[in-house]
Amino acid sequence: MAKDRRPRLDIKRGAIDLSHGAGGRATAQLIEEVFAPAFGASGGGDDFAAIELNAGRVVVSTDGHVVSPLFFPGGDIGALAVNGTINDVAMAGARPLYLTAAFIIEEGFPLSELARIAQSMGRAAKAANVRIVTGDTKVVERGKGDGVFIATTGIGVAPLNVAVSGANIRPGDSVIVSGSIGDHGIAIMALREGLSFEAEIISDTAPLHGLVEAMFASGAEIRALRDPTRGGLAAVLNEFAQQSGVGFRIEEAAVPVKPAVSGACELLGLDPFNVACEGRLVAVCAASDAERLLAAMRAHALGREAAIIGGAVEDAHRFVQMKTAIGGNRIVAWLSGEQLPRIC
Amino acid sequence: MCLAIPARVVAVNGMAGAVEISGVRRTVSFALIDPPEIGDYVLVHVGNALAKIDEAEAQRTLDALSEIAEAFDRAPVK
Amino acid sequence: MKYVDEFRDGRLARALAAEIGRASQEKESYRLMEFCGGHTHAIARYGLEDLLPGNVRMIHGPGCPVCVLPMGRMDDAIAIARQPGTILCVYGDLMRVPGSQGASLWKARAAGADVRMVYAPQDVLSIAEAHPGREVVFFAIGFETTTPPTALLAKEARARGLPNLSIFCNHVMTPPAMRGILAADALIDGFVGPSHVSTIIGAAPYEEFSGPSGRPVVIAGFEPVDVLQAILMLIRQLNEGRSEVENQYKRAVGRMGNQRALELMDEVFCIRESFEWRGLGFLPASARALRPEFAEFDAERRFATPGLRASDNPACECAAILRGQKQPRECKLFGGACTPETPMGSCMVSSEGACAAHWTYGRFREEALA
Repeated sequence: MAKDRRPRLDIKRGAIDLSHGAGGRATAQLIEEVFAPAFGASGGGDDFAAIELNAGRVVVSTDGHVVSPLFFPGGDIGALAVNGTINDVAMAGARPLYLTAAFIIEEGFPLSELARIAQSMGRAAKAANVRIVTGDTKVVERGKGDGVFIATTGIGVAPLNVAVSGANIRPGDSVIVSGSIGDHGIAIMALREGLSFEAEIISDTAPLHGLVEAMFASGAEIRALRDPTRGGLAAVLNEFAQQSGVGFRIEEAAVPVKPAVSGACELLGLDPFNVACEGRLVAVCAASDAERLLAAMRAHALGREAAIIGGAVEDAHRFVQMKTAIGGNRIVAWLSGEQLPRIC
Repeated sequence: MCLAIPARVVAVNGMAGAVEISGVRRTVSFALIDPPEIGDYVLVHVGNALAKIDEAEAQRTLDALSEIAEAFDRAPVK
Repeated sequence: MKYVDEFRDGRLARALAAEIGRASQEKESYRLMEFCGGHTHAIARYGLEDLLPGNVRMIHGPGCPVCVLPMGRMDDAIAIARQPGTILCVYGDLMRVPGSQGASLWKARAAGADVRMVYAPQDVLSIAEAHPGREVVFFAIGFETTTPPTALLAKEARARGLPNLSIFCNHVMTPPAMRGILAADALIDGFVGPSHVSTIIGAAPYEEFSGPSGRPVVIAGFEPVDVLQAILMLIRQLNEGRSEVENQYKRAVGRMGNQRALELMDEVFCIRESFEWRGLGFLPASARALRPEFAEFDAERRFATPGLRASDNPACECAAILRGQKQPRECKLFGGACTPETPMGSCMVSSEGACAAHWTYGRFREEALA
């Protein structure tokens, strides 16, 4: 058989074209020269991966990632995709094991940037002890995509005796947040066109499954876990309230916000409660276990600034109410759409 | 209206410059005020400085408020 | 944050609340209007009303330029955005404000119009320079705080000789609106004056409201402690039968205002004979337009717009709410047909309107009473 003398891809200067998504040799070459080395896979050639799972409850989660800009302080769309899906699986109390990744790439997208993203994904997966086992590549015409979109699916296994859900919360339970809120959203906004300022804020994107394991290991009775991504802390608390039919009473002074995030929010007229995080979680636990859980979180690198911010109460209206810095009360509202900057 | 926030002047280039608030820097226009000095505090609204904060007045206001607070601490009502 | 955190201090707030409690025992009720939408938002967002005694009531004024923008003007802006090749630049606050038939700039963008959010009017210059073949229009709104930056934009556009930049001017004015409120038999005892409008216009323009048939005005800073101190000052004026202009925000407001900004506004803008305010009707000499000398930058001359009046739902109670005659919950539409997602009138359209602020931050108080 004659050896295929196809020249290697010019990663430095080359760009994606429609043939890379057509499923033919160009696609295979892209996988072989960009994705497989980055993911540490051998590119077996099949369109599937067959894996064996240990006993337990299988958890699966999927996510689409459309962040713009693709590269930002603290990460990029690749790391976000990997960590985001790892976190979704971890929020079920499961250990994430495998990921799939589907790419929808715009014609003309630089190969150098694609390689950079792929390598970032490989690093993030390796750091989390998770394997990217299969995926897909499609290419859309110029102008029909935003550079690249990534969809990831994660598979993990949870012990059979772990059952966390937003519907498990009871009045009296405590609410803990794992660290400062709003870092990711502000890091992104700092780069977006139209909002030009330099902030010393980097995205908090991080895989949280190690923290979650430490939390379960503490023996605390954990009712619910969620990561406050789109919609921020306000969305998570309101979702929990609806699911469990409770209200929440929290203290503004107890919620950690970095000064720079606060300053950026002030400048733009944003509320940190509605700004996305990517490496934080909200945990609800039995009140008697709150201190124990807090200690376990603070002992972990990703939970150093964890704080108890309030608790669940009986409330037929399911209001998330907050005591403000000056001692008054207000609702923490659930925004219906994206928060937009205000001038008034 | 309107959202305006006090920020510290960190750079001045003629009628423009930069301010900083809690580590966040932003370029602003000083076209609406007398040229400030680095270290001054200005009120910023939609990328423009509207006024220089009179720090002596600010301190006077805070001192008056402090007195009210101290009186309250000594003899709280409710 | 310096000059911010000190004025959000809980200890100062509690002490002021106690003083207010003491001082307000003299009269049966104190009805105070905070004119500025930013103050409405601050009051709701900090739950300031929880610190006030029951006989001190805050009435939320029309000082929210998004709220008082007539639907017909939003329709005009959407029409401009829909013209092929046009780039409409707007503040974020405007994106979701509904025009007639539920149209909005948000939806227009989804349908292909080029609508871009800007943070500062100066950003519009870069966009116009980057796209010389396209018409770039700035949707200018705001009270006197936001007007001088638009004036700077107009002057800079002229200095750079930009043929493709224009301004759709909807700037409105504070003292005429206060006059309009009082003229309509409003049940208001005093005003908390706006912070940053006053930075520009100074304390002097409020002096027309002083005197025996007027109302006390206390200009207040933006933070909750500022507002509480201003409320205390108003209560004292009312107890003593005074009706003067006082300035709680001396760190940023002087009597004559910002002369440079005032001259700039005067250079670029003239005052319209009459302008419609959603919820308040037509008010004389209450809004600005570009002077003839700047006609080349006037979007209303450059573009044909519908220029129609769109009226609100007859059940909408905004007019009464803005005058302190009714409260949000007394409006039949509140919370049902009218919510922040589906606003029917000016008070619900932006997070600073009386109804929106109550819905978003404060409606738990009602439920507690129910």
